[in-house]
Amino acid sequence: MFLINCPYCGERDQQEFKAGGEAHIERPKQPTELSDDQWAEYLFMRKNIKGVQFERWVHAHGCRKWFNMVRDTSNDEIKAIYKMGEKPPSQ
Amino acid sequence: MTKNLRVKSSQYIDETNRISFKFNGKTYHGFKGDTLASALLANDVHLVGRSFKYHRPRGIMTSGSEEPNAIVQINPGTNRTEPNVRATEVEIYEGLEASSQNCWPSVEFDIGGINNFLSPFFPAGFYYKTFMWPASFWEKYEFFIRHSAGLGKSPISSDPDIYDHQNVHCDVLVVGAGISGILAAKNAAKNNFKTLLVDEKNELGGSTIYENNELSKIDNKIPSEWLKKEIEELKVIKNLEIKSRTSVAAYHQYNYLLARENLTDHLETKDKINKIRQRLLKIRAKKVILATGALERPLIFNNNDRPGIMLSSAVKKYSEFYGVACGSKNVFFTNNDSAYESALSLYNKGINVEAIIDIREQSESKIVKKVNKVGIKIYWSHSIVDTAGYKRLNSVSIMKLSNDGTSVIGNKISISCDCLGVAGGWTPAVHLYTQSGSKLNFDEEKKAFIPNKNTSEQISVGSCSGDFKINEIIKNLNQKLKDTLNIKQTDLDNIKVEVDQENSKRNIWLLPSDKPVGKTKPFVDYQNDATAKDIKLALREGFRSIEHVKRYTTTGMGTDQGKLGNMHALGIIADTAGVKMGELGTTTFRPPYTPLTFGTIVGRNVKKFFDIFRRTPMNDWHVENKAEFENVGQWKRAWYYPINGEKMHQAVQRESKAARESAGILDASTLGKIDIQGSDASEFLNRVYTNAWSKLAVGKCRYGLMLNEDGMVYDDGVTTRLDENHYIMTTTTGGAANVLGKLEDYLQTEWPELDVYLTSVTDHYATASLCGPNSKKILKKIIPGLDLSDKNFPHMSFKEANIENIQCRIMRISFTGEHSYEINVQASYGKDLWEKCMEAGKEFNITPYGTETMHLLRAEKGFIIVGQDTDGTMTPIDLQMDWIVSKKKYDFIGKRSLYRSDTMREDRKQLVGLLTDDPNTVLEEGAQIVSELDQSPVEMLGHVTSSYFSPNLNKSIALAVIRSGKDMMGKKLFVPMENKNINVTVSNPVFYDEKNERLNA
Repeated sequence: MFLINCPYCGERDQQEFKAGGEAHIERPKQPTELSDDQWAEYLFMRKNIKGVQFERWVHAHGCRKWFNMVRDTSNDEIKAIYKMGEKPPSQ
Repeated sequence: MTKNLRVKSSQYIDETNRISFKFNGKTYHGFKGDTLASALLANDVHLVGRSFKYHRPRGIMTSGSEEPNAIVQINPGTNRTEPNVRATEVEIYEGLEASSQNCWPSVEFDIGGINNFLSPFFPAGFYYKTFMWPASFWEKYEFFIRHSAGLGKSPISSDPDIYDHQNVHCDVLVVGAGISGILAAKNAAKNNFKTLLVDEKNELGGSTIYENNELSKIDNKIPSEWLKKEIEELKVIKNLEIKSRTSVAAYHQYNYLLARENLTDHLETKDKINKIRQRLLKIRAKKVILATGALERPLIFNNNDRPGIMLSSAVKKYSEFYGVACGSKNVFFTNNDSAYESALSLYNKGINVEAIIDIREQSESKIVKKVNKVGIKIYWSHSIVDTAGYKRLNSVSIMKLSNDGTSVIGNKISISCDCLGVAGGWTPAVHLYTQSGSKLNFDEEKKAFIPNKNTSEQISVGSCSGDFKINEIIKNLNQKLKDTLNIKQTDLDNIKVEVDQENSKRNIWLLPSDKPVGKTKPFVDYQNDATAKDIKLALREGFRSIEHVKRYTTTGMGTDQGKLGNMHALGIIADTAGVKMGELGTTTFRPPYTPLTFGTIVGRNVKKFFDIFRRTPMNDWHVENKAEFENVGQWKRAWYYPINGEKMHQAVQRESKAARESAGILDASTLGKIDIQGSDASEFLNRVYTNAWSKLAVGKCRYGLMLNEDGMVYDDGVTTRLDENHYIMTTTTGGAANVLGKLEDYLQTEWPELDVYLTSVTDHYATASLCGPNSKKILKKIIPGLDLSDKNFPHMSFKEANIENIQCRIMRISFTGEHSYEINVQASYGKDLWEKCMEAGKEFNITPYGTETMHLLRAEKGFIIVGQDTDGTMTPIDLQMDWIVSKKKYDFIGKRSLYRSDTMREDRKQLVGLLTDDPNTVLEEGAQIVSELDQSPVEMLGHVTSSYFSPNLNKSIALAVIRSGKDMMGKKLFVPMENKNINVTVSNPVFYDEKNERLNA
């Protein structure tokens, strides 16, 4: 289990958090304008990278705040953590 | 006939404190400080168990946690019994009982021993090969296999002991309190690092603490004396906590380690009571120093498993530490200098050493010269080709090794002996290191896997890093400490070390015999009876991956996880397949390092804490009134209230009729409640529900359906507008937490511009749902001042009122189709409110009803239950709830998905009603529905989701999802059951009061 540095609470055990899948997939502003394929792309398609992945996490059993994490999925090294709305660090 | 083999008093054994214990029913004596193994050896008991597959007699092999053979059942037949315990780790206490495992009727005469003579018929993969045919016989085979499998017996009554978990945080964790661990911990603590030092044994000092060999000196002292002084100093250092009898079981990423601290296992039974037996330490360490030492390897030769054959280092420990001679005629067999240290140790204690058999051609080291000088016979370039003695070793046969070491030559010499110490070199204990994800490298010279690439802030020091000589250990430890702790000076800078530098070794993984391999039994895994022969067979059959060979031969799969023999298995595979060991790699080392008890794993989470329950404020009333309960999520909900010995069906029929005919009351406190505030609250609801919310007036309620983004129904419930910018949302009981999580997700990540705040208030309010034609009269009695007229307080509206001084929120909403009110009060008044309703309703025969009746009543009305009538594949259209989906709203969660080609298909499964042709036949929920009976394969159209006998309609009703069900109204279908086919007709899902006239009754 890893330690996660919640941007609002500080370092906490992983068991207080929940993962929320790939980050930076914005909900389309005008869904009705999209074709079935475009909508399906948003709805279903997610990356599953062995290596550096941008993810959403929530401090579910803490402050309930969502934030972003850059994690190497092969060794669980957390490269960066930043708040929702903030720009991802350049790779 | 028992001999006393206690040779000379040892400072670690308290001979004034004599302890009696029983082994296999017989009473023996030992001393305080003995392990079960040392005490048995002192009584000349070597035969302690039978092997797993061939039931061969086995003895004590080691002196530590790596023991493969001497695994025993502790305190058999009691509620504290524990199987598969290593006798080498059990500290004896007055009254201890232990017995051998895997033998019947006794370890001395074991019928299973016949397997040994049948062993040619039990090759590797025997079970896979034999029990395959015919496949249908597996169930019969399984019965017999299960009977013959397994080692010890699990306890059959509940564990009386207490277990605990503790979180521990430290700057530096040092694992292992041998010389390296002690020096590391001392220097870390002295440099202001909060340090924790743990060791699995009760005595600190590792193997150096009994290292009395005068050829090595530290600061001109013999190592044991020098280390004792260091340990004394250690005990007064601040910042340092020492935990002995604490074994690290697992090393996870981010320096998170689990350790088991043993607190009472060494105490007499009367002293164990009401104390914590074992504690699981959950350690977060900023830095980890692994000083886990090394395990001595055996040598692999024919019949290398007889009782009396032990590791050379164990023979030395029993002599030096416990003052026990393991035999009266000792022989050593070695490929390096370690056995000479053991031989000299015995010699110095006056124990007879017959000979040393060394596979090397010679050695020039000081210790060899010394052994030579004292007159112990050394056979250079010789190997043991066989051993004799069924229940105890009585002789070994040796022959000269050929130059290349692949065969033996010359005459066979037999040496009589009762104990053989084998020394095959040392394997660094890298188990924890690799568990952490760090990578090993094979050192060709040392013939060992040693730490190479760390994944976290950790170092390996001492012999677990491949340093076996004290001078190397101290030099490398000093540098590593400076680097990792970022310090300039240490205590180690000025230590002077003298050692015997010579360290030659000749490595032969599988020693030759005069017989072909097929006719020999060179054991590699003692516990699982895997021999070199089995490994070679696996390779001949085409297995190449070490992980496959392991599983096929079961090498390394016992409770000891092959701590002794795994290296030899790898070596034999590498030699046979002609690959390098570094390329072959190792099998995966998995936690726990030594077995953990279930008690330690679960800690305090037992009995009522195993799975916690939530209870409503009215719970005591339900209990007093004999309600039966059902689990809904973590809630205990009143299910039904049987009276006069009613069964569930009768109680539910009575409750359902009463609720429709006069008055019923339901505890609805478990419904999820979310308080929503903020200037954008209306807009937020517009986006999360399928219907429109902007125009909902203050004081009004509305039912809402929530979808997932994929268009499928996720949750439902009534939301009330309390004020301009204030709503209270209700959710399903089971969905409350998930709905809040989902709403927070959208609010924080997709719509951060909305001014909305969400708070879970589920536990803050208690809710009584009052329903039935007399509900209005009852409420009037409780709150006489409130105008309950349909004009002032119509269906789907809300009022705040006071019941005496208790503030309450009353919603006139209905899940039963009856005129009804949901009264919410602060949770602490819940039971009071309930009793007031019961009192006021007495004259109307108010009937409390549980969840079963609630389900029945709503099914009569065709109201869905999310999770029962839906399963994550139902859209609102599928549920025939098109009316709740706003066509005008530009967007809401899931809207776009309702227009995907798949969700618009006409032949999706749709919710319909089902009526059985025989009104008394009640369908089973989950039953399949078909249109043809003689079709093969038959096409499944759908299934029954809800089914009840309705007392109000006096017939059976059901809800079902059926492909194209919407267009099947009136169609005859079948529900095939095991013994009969039930004829059904598709109907409208609303069975009762289709025009909703009763809401205002």
